[in-house]
Amino acid sequence: MDGGSGGGVCTSGSMSTVSKEDNLMVSTEVSSYPDEAELELGLGLSLGGGGGGGGGVKPQEQGWAQYGRILTAKDFPSTVSSSSSSSSSLSRANRTTVGTKRRADSVAASNNGSQVVGWPPIRAYRMNSLANQSKSLVTEDLNSMVEKSKSTNTMVENTYNGSNNTNGYAKKKGPLNTSFFVKVNMDGIPIGRKVDLSAHSCYETLAKTLEEMFQGPTTTVNAIGSSNENYDAMTESTRPSKLLDGSSDFVLTYEDKEGDWMLVGDVPWGMFLGSARRLRIMRTSDANGLAPRIQERNGRQRSMRI
Amino acid sequence: MDSKRKKDSPESNELTRSSPFPDEVLERVLGLVKSHKDRSSVSLVCKDWYNAERWSRTHVFIGNCYSVSPEIVARRFPNIRSVTLKGKPRFSDFNLVPLNWGADIHAWLVVFASKYPLLEELRLKRMTVTDESLEFLATTFTNFKALSLLSCDGFSTDGLAAIATHCKNMTELDIQENGIDDLGGGWLSCFPENFTSLEVLNFANLSSDVSFDALEKLVSRCRSLKFLKVNKNITLEQLQRLLECAPQLTELGTGSFHQELTTRQYAELESAFNNCKNLNTLSGLCEATPLYLPVLYPACMNLTFLNLSDAALQSGELAKLLDHCPNLQRLWVLDTVEDKGLEAVGLSCPLLEELRVFPADPYEQDVVHGVTEMGFVAVSYGCPRLHYVLYFCRQMTNAAVATIVKNCPDFTHFRLCVMNPGEPDYLTDEPMDEAFGAVVKNCTKLQRLAVSGLLTDLTFEYIGKYAKNLETLSVAFAGSSDWGMQCVLSGCSKLRKLEIRDCPFGNEALLSGLEKYESMRSLWMSACNVTMNACRRLAKQMPRLNVEVMKDEESDDSQADKVYVYRSVAGPRRDAPPFVLTL
Repeated sequence: MDGGSGGGVCTSGSMSTVSKEDNLMVSTEVSSYPDEAELELGLGLSLGGGGGGGGGVKPQEQGWAQYGRILTAKDFPSTVSSSSSSSSSLSRANRTTVGTKRRADSVAASNNGSQVVGWPPIRAYRMNSLANQSKSLVTEDLNSMVEKSKSTNTMVENTYNGSNNTNGYAKKKGPLNTSFFVKVNMDGIPIGRKVDLSAHSCYETLAKTLEEMFQGPTTTVNAIGSSNENYDAMTESTRPSKLLDGSSDFVLTYEDKEGDWMLVGDVPWGMFLGSARRLRIMRTSDANGLAPRIQERNGRQRSMRI
Repeated sequence: MDSKRKKDSPESNELTRSSPFPDEVLERVLGLVKSHKDRSSVSLVCKDWYNAERWSRTHVFIGNCYSVSPEIVARRFPNIRSVTLKGKPRFSDFNLVPLNWGADIHAWLVVFASKYPLLEELRLKRMTVTDESLEFLATTFTNFKALSLLSCDGFSTDGLAAIATHCKNMTELDIQENGIDDLGGGWLSCFPENFTSLEVLNFANLSSDVSFDALEKLVSRCRSLKFLKVNKNITLEQLQRLLECAPQLTELGTGSFHQELTTRQYAELESAFNNCKNLNTLSGLCEATPLYLPVLYPACMNLTFLNLSDAALQSGELAKLLDHCPNLQRLWVLDTVEDKGLEAVGLSCPLLEELRVFPADPYEQDVVHGVTEMGFVAVSYGCPRLHYVLYFCRQMTNAAVATIVKNCPDFTHFRLCVMNPGEPDYLTDEPMDEAFGAVVKNCTKLQRLAVSGLLTDLTFEYIGKYAKNLETLSVAFAGSSDWGMQCVLSGCSKLRKLEIRDCPFGNEALLSGLEKYESMRSLWMSACNVTMNACRRLAKQMPRLNVEVMKDEESDDSQADKVYVYRSVAGPRRDAPPFVLTL
């Protein structure tokens, strides 16, 4: 099973409940499930062997639903175990890609953090329209709230003023809780930038945008050799973001509500949106004490003192 | 009708004819038989009827493009004007089938060009269609009228431009839910200025802007336009102008329902909808805000199909809207309406026959909203005619489903998707076996079933025992052993399509269906426990089946990760890509 758009990029090593809007690239919502210590998390190209804690899950266990990782025949007690089946589903992402030819961004949207490929069974076009909708849901929500106190002549223009207060809307609309610009600074560059977090639905697109913002269009050689434009469209969207996978000299960090600086990518996208206050692209060498990408500990967010 | 047939088929000359009807009469009568199933039955009666049927058939439906070749089709049916073709396995909609798998229409078009030069209609589902093919279609078939592409891929808006440019007699252009490259909206402007024949236009899923000027002029001059579905970029103001040009519309898909309007614009929009007394289908309403929904009310009286699956409405908004739709038969909504919204459905829509509830946020694990079993139960109480449901939810109980099917025993299509794989009855923690047992026991007319939740083999025992009219079954993350699948294969005599993913069914199950698969359209099994050897055995013993395997790179050599088995008179595929192994 391929990983939809995210295809062969940064698939997370464990299939535990990934956040809303995430591509498969992002690591998992481990914080909610502290007993998943045995799960291997990573943001690399290939899966760190799946299976996680699921090997012996009996159908009766409620824990079934919690994991939401690639479920294969091996999870059923009466089946013959197949060592590769649980990792294979996502690893296929490396080779295959979406079943249809689409633009790169819609391809990215079509696999918003599904921990199981092709599940729930919703057609790609609907996923795209949901992803696009979620961006405007908040605006619409704000509009409808404001409208009650205003005349119906025109819609209120200053809805965005209210958007920085995210908490009130978190409950009402599931997906994006915020719609706002945050400052981004990169080590070594005196002038900072601003990026609209609500324009993204996953870490991957955010990271790519930042890369382009600060480093110009990347000149990484991808599999451009193929003349098949389908393939190009696929690789364009599946090329890993260096900021996220640890292969660059820089890492992407953010300051959260409590003033701590955290590594971007640990928590589900929505949670990130709710807590991020500003971003910093930090030199990897400065990021001392930063845990390696493959985590051995359980659920808590990594924090780092600057 | 083509009269040269008489000379060509000596066996139907009057001397040897056994039918009491002259051939012309027989053909005339049979020409009125539309259903392709009936036509298949007719063709089996006797040779005369077979011939009369084949000469009089103008529309052919091919459910699996690889089950037959275009040459065979053309040989049997000389007078086809309309073709419906389906290609890839259904799970390709959910990214389970790699790109470039096949189902390319081009080979068909080439044959049609010589055998059916007067072809008028082409309806494709899950096929690969390139721009070259579209151009070929547009320039070769001078009589071409209707093109419908659903869930297809491989083309871009350039191909649409070719269609618009060359097809002078187009009545229908229906581009739905396709994975295409949207290179811009210029294609719409390619319809010539003297072009007036369009009756159906659907470009709702395209994302680029079309020239509104071109669209408005097109809509104005196509007086027979009945179905119009525009994309999100069309604003409310533009919509109003379109409606002014085309109050005769029976099906409307709006663009974005979200724009700043002045009071006057609002009134004009309301008036425009007021003039659309013929609307029976309404969709679109993207990003609808409650502020503007009331403009729809005057147009809703005759609505039979309301598709709100692009509009994240809340329960109150839905309830108010439904108050104005007394004749609703089909309703599609997002689960943002929640159980409360579905209660309103139960109260306001007594004639409802079909309900589809889609998840607004399918990957959210912690969400506390969406719909639950309560909403479904509420609908079942209020809508006894309900026979088609597609329901995405996060929790369900056996008891609720039992109540639902008791209230609505006429289900023909029951597709329940509990979104967490392997989710048990959340109240009792038991498997959901009894739920689906209730469905198959109560709903004797059931044709299509999709199961979900925590299920053991018992579910499949029930299905095999009771679902005697079942034709399509979709299974995911369910079952305990081969026995489950065996029950289905041996019990469901009318089964035509079986699609399975991530279940513990293995070789024994696969091979138990040896005799069965030739009576089915297809079988799909992925991420199950089937080995290559078993597939080879199947292929060897059943030469009229195509047994195709797609392997994952990382899996070991003996595993058959994705298996697709289907009957075919055309033999193994000749266009299979390297990753499809035909055994």
